[in-house]
Amino acid sequence: MGFSGFALLKEALNGQRGWTEHWRKAAPKPAYDVVIVGGGGHGLATAHYLASRYGITNVAVLEKGWIGGGNAGRNTTIIRSNYLLDGNIPFYELSMKLWEGLEQDINFNAMVSQRSVLNLYHSDGQRDAYARRGNAMALHGVDAEMLDREAVRARVPYLDFDNARFPVKGGLLHRRGGTARHDGVVWGYARAADRRGVDIVENCEVTGFLREGGAVVGVETTRGTIRARTVGMAVAGSSSLLAAKADLRLPMESHVLQAFVSEGIKPLVDGVVTFGAGHFYISQSDKGGLVFGGDLDPFPSYAQRGGLPVFEDVAECALAMMPMLSRLRILRSWGGIMDMSLDGSPIIDHTPVEGLKINSGWCYGGFKATPASGLCFAHLLATGELHSAASAYRLDRFARGALIDEKGVGPTPNLH
Amino acid sequence: MRITCPTCGSRDLHEFHVLGEAEQARPRLSGDFDSAAARAAFTDYVYARRNPAGPHDEYWYHGPCDTWLVVRRDTRSHEVHDVRAARGGDRP
Amino acid sequence: MTGFRHPSKGLIDRDKPLSFTFDGKSYSGFAGDTLASALIASGVRLVGRSFKYHRPRGFLGAGHDEPNGLVELREGARREPNVKATVAELHDGLIARSQNRWPSLDFDLLAVNGLLKPVFAAGFYYKTFMWPASFWEKLYEPMIRRAAGMGAASGLPDPDAYEQASAHCDLLVVGAGPAGLTAALTAARSGARVILAEDDFRLGGRWLADGGEELQALVAGWANELTALPNVTVLSRTTVAAAFDHGTFLAIERVADHHAVPGPHQVRQRRWTLTARRVLLATGAGERSVLCPGNDRPGVMLASAVRSYVNRFGAVPGRKAVVHTATDDGWQTAESLLAAGVELVAVLDPRNEVPAGMEGVARRTRVISGGAVIGTRGGKSLSAVGIRHGRASEWLDADLLCLSGGFNPAIQLMGHLGRRPVWSEAIAGFVMPEPAGGIRPIGAAAGIYGLREGLEQAIAGTLVDLADLGFAAQAPALPGLPDTPSGLVPLFWKPTLEDSGAKVFIDPQNDVCASDVVLAHREGYRSVEHLKRFTTLGMATDQGRTANVDAIAIMAHLEGRPMAESGVTLARPPVVPIALGAVAGARAGGHFRPVRKVPLHPWAEGLGAVFTDVGQWKRPQYFPRAGESDWQVTVNREVTTVRKAVGLTDVSTLGKFVVEGPDAGAYLDRVFATRPSAIAVGSCGYGLMLREDGFLKDDGMIARLTEQSFLVFVSTVHVADVWRHMQFCRQVLWPELDLSLADQSERWAQMALAGPKAEAVLTALLDEFTVDAHSLPPQAVREATVGGVPVRLFGLSFSGERAFEIAVAARHGAALAARLMDVGAAHGITAYGTEAMAVMRIEMGYAVGSEINGQTTAHDLGMAGLMDLGKDHVGRVLSQRDELMRADRPRLVGLIPVDPANRLRGGAHVLGRDGPATVDADLGWITSAAWSPTLGTSIALAMVKGGPDRLGDTVRIWDGMRGTDFPARIVSLPFIGRAEGGKDA
Repeated sequence: MGFSGFALLKEALNGQRGWTEHWRKAAPKPAYDVVIVGGGGHGLATAHYLASRYGITNVAVLEKGWIGGGNAGRNTTIIRSNYLLDGNIPFYELSMKLWEGLEQDINFNAMVSQRSVLNLYHSDGQRDAYARRGNAMALHGVDAEMLDREAVRARVPYLDFDNARFPVKGGLLHRRGGTARHDGVVWGYARAADRRGVDIVENCEVTGFLREGGAVVGVETTRGTIRARTVGMAVAGSSSLLAAKADLRLPMESHVLQAFVSEGIKPLVDGVVTFGAGHFYISQSDKGGLVFGGDLDPFPSYAQRGGLPVFEDVAECALAMMPMLSRLRILRSWGGIMDMSLDGSPIIDHTPVEGLKINSGWCYGGFKATPASGLCFAHLLATGELHSAASAYRLDRFARGALIDEKGVGPTPNLH
Repeated sequence: MRITCPTCGSRDLHEFHVLGEAEQARPRLSGDFDSAAARAAFTDYVYARRNPAGPHDEYWYHGPCDTWLVVRRDTRSHEVHDVRAARGGDRP
Repeated sequence: MTGFRHPSKGLIDRDKPLSFTFDGKSYSGFAGDTLASALIASGVRLVGRSFKYHRPRGFLGAGHDEPNGLVELREGARREPNVKATVAELHDGLIARSQNRWPSLDFDLLAVNGLLKPVFAAGFYYKTFMWPASFWEKLYEPMIRRAAGMGAASGLPDPDAYEQASAHCDLLVVGAGPAGLTAALTAARSGARVILAEDDFRLGGRWLADGGEELQALVAGWANELTALPNVTVLSRTTVAAAFDHGTFLAIERVADHHAVPGPHQVRQRRWTLTARRVLLATGAGERSVLCPGNDRPGVMLASAVRSYVNRFGAVPGRKAVVHTATDDGWQTAESLLAAGVELVAVLDPRNEVPAGMEGVARRTRVISGGAVIGTRGGKSLSAVGIRHGRASEWLDADLLCLSGGFNPAIQLMGHLGRRPVWSEAIAGFVMPEPAGGIRPIGAAAGIYGLREGLEQAIAGTLVDLADLGFAAQAPALPGLPDTPSGLVPLFWKPTLEDSGAKVFIDPQNDVCASDVVLAHREGYRSVEHLKRFTTLGMATDQGRTANVDAIAIMAHLEGRPMAESGVTLARPPVVPIALGAVAGARAGGHFRPVRKVPLHPWAEGLGAVFTDVGQWKRPQYFPRAGESDWQVTVNREVTTVRKAVGLTDVSTLGKFVVEGPDAGAYLDRVFATRPSAIAVGSCGYGLMLREDGFLKDDGMIARLTEQSFLVFVSTVHVADVWRHMQFCRQVLWPELDLSLADQSERWAQMALAGPKAEAVLTALLDEFTVDAHSLPPQAVREATVGGVPVRLFGLSFSGERAFEIAVAARHGAALAARLMDVGAAHGITAYGTEAMAVMRIEMGYAVGSEINGQTTAHDLGMAGLMDLGKDHVGRVLSQRDELMRADRPRLVGLIPVDPANRLRGGAHVLGRDGPATVDADLGWITSAAWSPTLGTSIALAMVKGGPDRLGDTVRIWDGMRGTDFPARIVSLPFIGRAEGGKDA
């Protein structure tokens, strides 16, 4: 059933009896054209675009738990395309444009809200680095503006301008950036893909790859063997574990990223604001809770929980940036498993194993990349070619040295 | 989280700096630094990671005593199985 | 008005009356009240409005499980939204306001939302608000955001202070109820170091709700014994909020929240880091209600909460009560109500038998076995309860409905460590079957609700843990306490075809009804996580304490599977909401990060320096003199003076590492891409350090002090990282090399004296040392003294002028600088700061962090020739990859604007001269820029594709961020001729 205000009214009068499952709880068939491993935002978006843009509907998305249970359900919902490097900007801007048309495309309100992203800077060196980035964005046709201190104050008056250890000197403003409702994105893509015939198979964990002559021709799962012409893996923090089943080692480490939400309060923070004297970002959800986070925990982990030093650091940065947050209370915290690549940028490419393609290495950039990741991965799965917007995301770039290292910290995953 | 430094005892996470996976030794070359083999070996050393869910060797640095440690730790449960000075033998 | 203060019951101090206001109206209570108990005793029943539908709300519980009674506490900058009145200690002059209503609590216009309840079912917003596309951001979202949230933040900085503290112990006991007190006593008497943390302001836990003088005397006696023991720390008003790995816990102590304002020099709250070898979880079990239609009306309360209000606070919530209970515990409440003079209209219990000892209660009321509540009446205050028994139904006059549907052991802290609880059919609750992560649940937290059995289990567990810790202990003698009946049966609401539960509220704060669970099931959101996210149940400020299990039960029923097979969401930190300010502790405002000052700081301050932050350092940026209109004028003067006469600046922030030993040279040859072992003794050389992936990591000078001793200088912002890296090379990569590393960074003050007059000034400073090209040539290292104090001299220049760096023990730094200024006065010496330093190094074309930014290679910066490729060093192999040496990579060049009136700025991009300003024309960017008073023009260093092959070309400097666009010429570096002793000599 299509979603609309009319449908809501009709069902209100009908005791909500006419609503149906947003996606079928499909049982896996023995074979598909494409099997996507991973039912998060990226895997589901891929399935949607395979079906809607490339006409490939004989697709299964296999999810070991419940869809969106990984990073798609654990992020801080920020979307933006304010990147620095030529390898990244076109991709994230493609994603931004897809965000802008998403709800109409999938008939689901993912609450895409472009209330701006403001990156604060606190030194001349940082100002120049942000100017370089803003100019790079502008040359690519992405909106960017530099604000001086007074312009920042006019926009965000409750920042600490007076007592700060590292006073705010200005900011880089990206008006089209903002947030989207993460669960809505997952469910919306799932429903849209399902309506086109994609099978979404939950509680189905891939335990191995089916190989014939070295090539991958399918997967072994907890719900049986499934053959496929192409297998695409989109499992984020679990990528190394899955790749190991094809005897591959990846250029990535998995780390936990903690995130937090406060109790719901009346509107206080408009848009996304990021701190420049520490790693910290905050926005306010439509339900009223402040959603914020900071740095990842430095040790590799699949536990989805972090340590106290990061917990403290996030609170310290929060207060350093916005002293008025002091009496507001943290309501809940959680963690994801971040796929930290060795240069901080993603991988959407063939693997050395025929029949197996990879979508991974998202670091902090996963949620905002969801639509473009889906489209570019669908393109790769459908045509065998890299999408032009993702042309730099090759797996062999590490060996070649064509790294896309936004922060310039090199081959140390926990620094990206 | 706490790690037991062989020199200092059980210390809190704050005191440590984590580098990452410690499962490969730096390739030892004799001579030809620009051969394909050398490049392949170093590419593997620098970029490839096992990144397992389970017991894992990691490089941790204890700031107060300037000691690099190899910590064998489970990446799922965070249980620490073993901590030894990376240099081996006596205290560095 | 139905609540009242009992004339004699309660543990409140009737000698200490307190006054407070709620929504502007004055009331009174006593010391020992919470805001909730005082309101109830004052007859206030309507205390809030729900989130979505603005339905009237009264207190449901008596603690952190409270979903309804949220207030804004205090005013002004201390105003705090969403405070649960049930945990707010009453203080004199307390000011509270209800939230989420307009214009008033009694008459809330937004209750009109309730008329659209069927439209606003769970997940409705995903299905609409999409047309027209522009309306989402312009209209719908702002409306939703305005309606969102419960209370309003003050928006002002917090005037109160916080601090952090830490403590270690052998055994941490969380909760001072019956099990916790018993366990703490057992452990304390064995000599173990014990920390007993109790969230409440009194110790005693559920014993406080049971009343009885004897019991309270026992609790007081134990509390006194514990407090007096030197090996015990009792932390009351302290909530253990989060568990981390390996026995680390975060706790928040409410030091002054029970006063209007903290006392002088008193913090408001204290964050504790507790480290424990073992933990006993004695946090009790929270009650569930019995779901029934109309259960959100004020006057419907948890039975154990009612008992607590009556016995602990003497606040009786009603006069005519119905009790609906599936537990023996609910009968205790019935008994307490009778003892408080309340008419007990009926007790509904699904079981057929009256619990042991409750026969007297049964005789004084109407017992309805197998009865169920089918509805309530009364507008904003309960006045009647509808019941059904068998096929009959009737309405009972009642103003209080007490519900007891079971208990949930409070095991959140174990959930923080990733442990999932399991369903226990026997107690109809989720329990942790085993201790885990060093945490052992005891008493009710372990699902043992009978008092005697619970205490025995607590003692047994404590003895096991103490033995493991190495303490011999004995079970304490337990007084003869009456056992409490603790039987119960599961009682969960089940939706039917006729009734999907549109009036059955599961989460009264977020207005989630049983019908929303049915809808979620219908639409496919059946896993517990999907259910929670789709309906938002359990996501309110009470964290789902009374909601989660009932919702899981309904979903399990719809799915046709037992509770044991349904999942349960994992508990996440914090256990209760905690203030950000408390977690940040004292690291707020100016204390966010330490301030590091260089040894010359007092000297610079005395000269009126303006300081800038470089990492955590404060470095002098420039030294304005009277009459100089702005910093540019000052900096121009400093640069000109240095180049014409002489100047003095601080360079103490550099890292200074001494590398010493027979293999020091061999080691440095492997750490650096240059060949430090070739530096002559008494000389300096330039060092280039790569990362193992071949990119530049840092650069700096290296001084060879002796055959086996080198001093390595490291860029200020890389000191910590390079130190760790050098230790890594020594300990991990080449442990066989014989050398030692010493970090002498903070031992030495270091300053740079630069300019044509520098030799003269330095000669005048030193004891018997004439400085000239022979005695102290460029790049040389020499030792000398000043007034007998040893100094080390380096013939190094960052400015391009003849210059010297002077190192002295840090404690002499300021004095030496002052002495230099005296001696240099005759030569026109000026102090100069980081701005002037930057201008001069840009004039010299030297790369610093802006160029060595982790994305560039030696080849990019024109320094490939400095690398010695004949040896292994960090980065040797991968630095020679084709990609890193491509000619079309951005490479370092200089820029001068064609029109000297134009200003080059860092961050501007360099485009090809012709065509539109798009990425296709992008050639690179400016890394560093400055006004050069020496050349009378703006100059810049830039990374330009194929730069050195484009010398002389005119390019376009495009700065969309600052709105400038003008041509410039690519020139080679340096901009000016250099004196010897420069960086790359």
